[in-house]
Amino acid sequence: MKIGCYILLVMLFLSCSKDDTATYVPTPLALEVPQLFSQKILPPVIPFDNPQTVEGVALGKKLFFDTLLSANNTQSCATCHAPENAFTDVTQFSDGIDGVFGNRNSMPIFNAAFNYDEKFFWDGRSLGLELQAIQPVENPIEMHNTWQQAVTDLQSNSEYPNLFQLAFGTTTITKELVTKAIAQFERTLISGNSKFDKYLLGTATLTPQELNGFNVFMDETKGDCFHCHGSDNNPLWTDNIFHNNGLDAVFTDLGLGEVTGDPNDNGKFKSPSLRNLAFTAPYMHDGRFNTLDEVINHYSEGLQNSPTIDPLMKKVAQGGVQISPQEKADLKAFLLTLTDHNFINSPAFQN
Amino acid sequence: MKKLITIITLSMVLFSSCVEDEVPGLQQTNVTLNFQHNWEGTTVTNTDFNTIQYINAEGDELSIEKLRYLISKITFHKSTGETIVVDGYNLVDVTNNKNLSYITPIEIPIGTYTNVSFTFGFDNMDNTDGSYADLNSVSWNVPMMLGGGYHFMQLEGKFMNDLTVEQGYQYHTIRAVDNTDPMSLVFQDTFFQVDLGELIVHNNSSIAINMNIAEWFKDPYQWKLNDLNSMLMPNFDAQIKMRDNGQNVFSLGTVN
Repeated sequence: MKIGCYILLVMLFLSCSKDDTATYVPTPLALEVPQLFSQKILPPVIPFDNPQTVEGVALGKKLFFDTLLSANNTQSCATCHAPENAFTDVTQFSDGIDGVFGNRNSMPIFNAAFNYDEKFFWDGRSLGLELQAIQPVENPIEMHNTWQQAVTDLQSNSEYPNLFQLAFGTTTITKELVTKAIAQFERTLISGNSKFDKYLLGTATLTPQELNGFNVFMDETKGDCFHCHGSDNNPLWTDNIFHNNGLDAVFTDLGLGEVTGDPNDNGKFKSPSLRNLAFTAPYMHDGRFNTLDEVINHYSEGLQNSPTIDPLMKKVAQGGVQISPQEKADLKAFLLTLTDHNFINSPAFQN
Repeated sequence: MKKLITIITLSMVLFSSCVEDEVPGLQQTNVTLNFQHNWEGTTVTNTDFNTIQYINAEGDELSIEKLRYLISKITFHKSTGETIVVDGYNLVDVTNNKNLSYITPIEIPIGTYTNVSFTFGFDNMDNTDGSYADLNSVSWNVPMMLGGGYHFMQLEGKFMNDLTVEQGYQYHTIRAVDNTDPMSLVFQDTFFQVDLGELIVHNNSSIAINMNIAEWFKDPYQWKLNDLNSMLMPNFDAQIKMRDNGQNVFSLGTVN
């Protein structure tokens, strides 16, 4: 045991000597966590090997909006994840650089730092924002590039090597550093300033219709939305878990099941946040619903039964929870109180 | 000079800690609680989920798709009447294999205890709305229209109904509430103390706690899923029945 203590002493001497060497450290940047988030939920997830920095976020933002990452320099991340649409696309599917369309609706990007399980995409196939950001560049129906080419283009760019130096202390660009920077920027995309947030903080008042809608949302005998979509105590308005919400009796897209290989996961997709619905149409993983009314009608009387339908999809035999037209209108009014205009207009998130 | 002083100080701390490591006879220890699950003695893990393979006392065939529950106030009772209460709680998430083991955040004196108990759910003192960030983050809340606070258990799955069609059930337990008059909710407590009985705590003890899931449907109320399967949270009578059925769900397993 004493030998171990001597070894530790030597290590202490060595580490003290190293302290004398000046090394470049980018400027730490704390995320701006909304008051309700701080009060109600766990802190954001920041990987220990990719801390938020001023320079990293700035680089990530530039990369996010730069078409240089795509093979023909026509598309950036923001092409399918536009700030004015809460970082999603207005079309059902997004077309890539070759005009080929995918089969999933572009996911909105906000509050990703609070996705505690860190499973991203509709089917959860990427574990972590950094790994998520790797895929679109090489996806043949998205940016259709190679990482080797993208990195070469960045490396030969007049600005990027210096920006990587500032962000990561090296001018040598790698795809890992590119995705780290993009992930840092994406973690800053925090939406927590809606009318309902202000209502909870006591600085806004809801209309009777909006309050009725909130009650429909929270009532297990009516909407029963809260089991999957958060509540006044969970301002994310999603559980970030995968459910089969009764869209289809037969699956054309296996969702989570395609990733896990488990038939019990077939037809399951991640619950999206209900924030910013005013900007994120069309809805569902395949963008099949153009309006919120269609979404509400689905849960009220449009459910399709299947072996993996979530037990929370009650009354599937009757088509759904069967709420009245007035309750539907109230529910919609409430959902729109989760709209965060400040988020989509924030200068920090614009190109 | 400052570095030298720091190093000397650190070395003294290191030496003293090294010496302490060699002192035998620890009197206190952390205790690990291992939560295990079975259906009438047959082990249940999340790999057994999603298949209709269990039959309850009523004869309903059912599956389990989700099981998570909250326990709190683990208490060690001495023969002197003194108790050691472990503050805090543990959300056992069988679906995701999370928190199946819980290590007491405080050390427990080694020795014999006449009883070890815990609370199923939260008592009213702890069941305060929105107070726990980790529980809020996993949507464990109860709507304020039902009194707020937190779920005690979520057991979900499918069963074969009287029409031999698969149907979902959501066996969610909360504090019972009569919301006939939304402006004047009437509550009845449904948390309960689980007594595991006498045991000896050794150094680094582990205590297995068994849940027989079948008991939730069995005794004293023979649960008929055709009648009670959904929207049980606002069902006052159902909550009381679930509490009553929960009395024999837990038992003490192996203690090491």
